[in-house]
Amino acid sequence: MSNSNSLYINPYSLRVNGANREVADSQVSESLLFVLRERLGCTGTKNACTEGECGSCVVLVDGVLTCSCLVLAATVVGREITTIEGLGIAESADEKLLDERGGLLPVQQAFVDEGAVQCGFCTPGLIVAVHDLLEANPNPSEGDVREALSGNLCRCTGYGRILAAVRSACEQMRSPL
Amino acid sequence: MTNVIVARSVDEALATLSEAPDITILAGGTDLMVEINRGLRQLNSVIALAQVPELHRWSIGEDRLMIGAGVTYTTMLNTKLAQAAPALAQAARTVGSPPIRNAGTLGGNLGTASPAGDTLPVLAALNASIVLDGPSGERCLSLEEFMVGVKRTCLAPGELIKAVEMDHLSGGQEYLKIGPRNAMVISMAGVALAVDRKAKQVRCALGAVAANIPRASEAEAWVGERINWDSGTGVDSVLAQEFGQRMAAESSPIDDHRSTAAYRRHAVGVLAARALQRVFSEGTNGYV
Repeated sequence: MSNSNSLYINPYSLRVNGANREVADSQVSESLLFVLRERLGCTGTKNACTEGECGSCVVLVDGVLTCSCLVLAATVVGREITTIEGLGIAESADEKLLDERGGLLPVQQAFVDEGAVQCGFCTPGLIVAVHDLLEANPNPSEGDVREALSGNLCRCTGYGRILAAVRSACEQMRSPL
Repeated sequence: MTNVIVARSVDEALATLSEAPDITILAGGTDLMVEINRGLRQLNSVIALAQVPELHRWSIGEDRLMIGAGVTYTTMLNTKLAQAAPALAQAARTVGSPPIRNAGTLGGNLGTASPAGDTLPVLAALNASIVLDGPSGERCLSLEEFMVGVKRTCLAPGELIKAVEMDHLSGGQEYLKIGPRNAMVISMAGVALAVDRKAKQVRCALGAVAANIPRASEAEAWVGERINWDSGTGVDSVLAQEFGQRMAAESSPIDDHRSTAAYRRHAVGVLAARALQRVFSEGTNGYV
């Protein structure tokens, strides 16, 4: 604890969306959410409640759905962090697919098609949560969907169009274009 | 020297803790990070336990279960632990949302020691022993000994919570809580029941209605005498109602920002009556 009077910690590196990103001049108490947004410029992950209530900051850490506001950033060195910016059809993918879908995953396209986006603030968190659900369970029941999204708040849509988008994404994934 | 230590083994964590007993211990982060984000707590140095494999272990023995302190609510819900300790799975299911349940741990629920901690009434009903390790070796405490007040434990400097052992029972179990909505709520009142058919006991514990997690010993004794233990019957709605009132009488709730004492006491009565009927519901014979 030679450095115990300083709140600053040594630079470290996080693996975000497949790239190593250096985090310098960071303080010990910074959450993963803060580091993603304020130090690495990944502002797709939204900052609202900072207490795990709203789900707008959810990301995947080693594939596990995680509220980034509740993770101390320096404790996830070496783990694979996927944010909303990392979800989508990669540029290296099939050009035809990329052209048809504009790089969007079926989940993302379904949110657009069904009007599940209003102000858009909750959308990145919802997309990550729905993506996580459908990876594990491609045919969720209505109850499964509601349960999976119970930690994501939306103040605009009343959730109806979001649930419709999830249903539509499931259908599309079952019978792709 | 870094101020953030990610421990990879219990031995490494204990060595760090003995050098720096005032270091902040971070488990799942669902409580501690909220305090940090709000600026309520200044951090100098932290030891993170989430990546200690030993703390993620669990096992199911004939009479006792062992659950490592780092086991998450998701694991309590999605593994064979859910059949071995159904009330614990029910409690885990009521915690937060999926991402919260992926992070929060049994050890963290104990370390926070809130009377509203959802797993705690279940641990009380299952006669849990909390296994601590530290500079003077291992020790096992009951929940009553471990939790000495609201958000206060007897964890000594340099000690950490290693695991929790609890009874593996064959009888019905139920954890019910009440809050303003279904998801993402902190308990306003909670009831855990666990039927121990060998001892002919219905073990009853209360959450969020006292400074600690009390066992309702008078209601336990009263109801135990009124069950027909051979058939597992004898619970009708009249008995359930009276049991509920007796459970309510053994709660000692307060008024606070989350609820009133009167509502909490009423809720205990309703939840306890419902839980009793469920653990002895028709056809189950008191078995899970």
